[in-house]
Amino acid sequence: MRDVLRHHLFWPVAALVVLLVANTIARPGFLAVTVRDGHLFGAPVDILRTTAPLLLVALGMTLVIATRGIDLSVGAVVAVSGAVALSHIASSPNPDSPVTVLTAIALALVLCLLLGVWNGFLVSVLGIQPIIATLILMTAGRGVAMLITNGMITTVNSTPFKVLGSGFWLGLPAAAVLAFGVFAVVAFVVRRTALGMLLEATGINPAASRLSGVRSRTLTWTVYTASGLFAGLAGLLISADTMAADANNAGLFIELDAILAVVIGGTALSGGKFSLSGTLVGALVIATLERTVTVLGISPLVTPLFMALVVIAVTLLQSPRMRERLTARRRQVATPPGSRPAAGPGPTPGSTTDPTTDPTEVKA
Amino acid sequence: MATSAPARTPRARRGLRLPTRLDRRYLPVLGTFVVLALMLVVGGTRYENFLTPAVISNLFINNAHLIVLAVGMTFVILTGGIDLSVGSVLALSTVITAALLQAGLPVAVVIPLAVLAGTVIGLAHGVMIHYFQVQPFVATLAGMFLARGLCFLIAPESIGIADPAFIELATWVQIFGQWRMTSSVLIALIVVGLGFLVLHFTRFGRTVYAIGGGEQSALLMGLPVARTKVLAYVVSGTFAGLGGLLFAMFSRSGYSLTGVGMELDAIAAVVIGGTLLTGGTGFVLGSVLGVLVLGLIQTIITFEGTLSSWWTKIVIGVLLLIFVLLQRVLSLRRT
Repeated sequence: MRDVLRHHLFWPVAALVVLLVANTIARPGFLAVTVRDGHLFGAPVDILRTTAPLLLVALGMTLVIATRGIDLSVGAVVAVSGAVALSHIASSPNPDSPVTVLTAIALALVLCLLLGVWNGFLVSVLGIQPIIATLILMTAGRGVAMLITNGMITTVNSTPFKVLGSGFWLGLPAAAVLAFGVFAVVAFVVRRTALGMLLEATGINPAASRLSGVRSRTLTWTVYTASGLFAGLAGLLISADTMAADANNAGLFIELDAILAVVIGGTALSGGKFSLSGTLVGALVIATLERTVTVLGISPLVTPLFMALVVIAVTLLQSPRMRERLTARRRQVATPPGSRPAAGPGPTPGSTTDPTTDPTEVKA
Repeated sequence: MATSAPARTPRARRGLRLPTRLDRRYLPVLGTFVVLALMLVVGGTRYENFLTPAVISNLFINNAHLIVLAVGMTFVILTGGIDLSVGSVLALSTVITAALLQAGLPVAVVIPLAVLAGTVIGLAHGVMIHYFQVQPFVATLAGMFLARGLCFLIAPESIGIADPAFIELATWVQIFGQWRMTSSVLIALIVVGLGFLVLHFTRFGRTVYAIGGGEQSALLMGLPVARTKVLAYVVSGTFAGLGGLLFAMFSRSGYSLTGVGMELDAIAAVVIGGTLLTGGTGFVLGSVLGVLVLGLIQTIITFEGTLSSWWTKIVIGVLLLIFVLLQRVLSLRRT
């Protein structure tokens, strides 16, 4: 029981469960999923679909935060991606042809990749603080997106492109399949290879990891590039959902939602240890919270208030001071029988455990 | 401005290869000053009626609230923190002002309450950040969402302000020749003066710089780190509340969606004004120059007419980049 309580996913999952229970009480059929026309329907499926863009952005954000960085530009990249893709489709003579759609997707993704490369260059090569380096693109990016769409909201009709936003693959929303697929691949690569450990090493101490042979600069550059690419993909999902490129409002505040998802998931903004499974739960909490507010009949405009309360509760519960207090109480209880102090598993002499196999860390 | 006076201080050492004997700390501010002067010269030669008192007065009138926000943000950034909530706290303050005035409360009660709302949120930030060791970024992000949510809870729609006393305060204009001065500009200038005095001539100000220079060292020196750090967020929150009041005077209304993204304008102004985001180096007057640069970009784009407003964002981004690179070069030389 104590292990469950101490698990880093305990509070985020508890928040998710509370939200789901509240929804089920307000609307008893909330968790029901039915099959209609060969597709799954129901609120949970809908939550999965609305989580998809946020999950992609938060995935990139987690990797960036693991290296002690932050990427504020993702919202602007989302806007640029949608603007490029939809402008290309709108300007082509045949918006329904798969070639047009694939070219549009490729154009958008390549441009977003380059924007990520630019952020990575500023941070890893020029050594500019991540928050400022990405603030530049955050400010300028929306201007660029408006430049692409000429300041108008570009709307198009393209059946193949629309599938990304509201279509179904294998009975599941295409957006969710795509986002969860990318998530699974990244989680696999990061956790089944040494990459995750190297990222954490870079985040904990860039200088020390460089001296011990980790290519911190390349890694940092890579995570910003990945973040740009994932944000671009999220931008495609968002623009395909609305079929409109709105340079002002597409992906507005998604960077903050993504940071919240990462923080709710238990990854500290100070870099180092990160939890992809935590980010997944965090993104689900945010999407479910948004849904809950509507189900409970509260104006969706008040959503930020509830988000703030969840974040304050989760961060306070995870704060070092609170942990100290909890462990101190536990130590008082635990030490009298003469057992070893509950200071956590120290490195035993001669052990070859690598730093990522911390018992509190769960493989995503 | 304040940049020329210290030029004669004999503090420049041999690492600096500039012919002038100028303290390196002033270089970014000097850069901002040069940019501002350049913009004024370019604008003055390109457009008629650009360098008129009316345009310059409007620059201050339109940006009074942002100046107040930037002064508060300077305190927080000097301690090495950040305050992402100022835009939504400003909105909250406008909404509180408008809602309370609509409810019929007298101005003398409403104004302190609106400012106090900012103070309370700032205090909450300070406590979360210092006592619970939540990162400033996360704590103020939560505060940002909280304030925005409260706005919508109080009033989802825009509320007009019709209170005669408030209107009178808002329309107070003093004319010196061609120059105009409104009460909001006066308040903003007082705030700048206060910020300047507090940062450079009080123990609290010195402690702010010390914390930004190194919190551990400040602690070891026996400085009141906890109190100062919390107070820096209280200052920022209070000034955000005051900024909201100025914005309510400017727009004669309270609206939940005002100030979206304004925290970034404030941060950009502080950075362009030469304050390092790592803390410890920077000047209030630099931040004011930063606000004027941002405002002047907007003015020039209005004068240009054919340039669309999105160029503002791109130009601000490019300027940010230039200043950040400048600071980077300067800090590389230092180490």
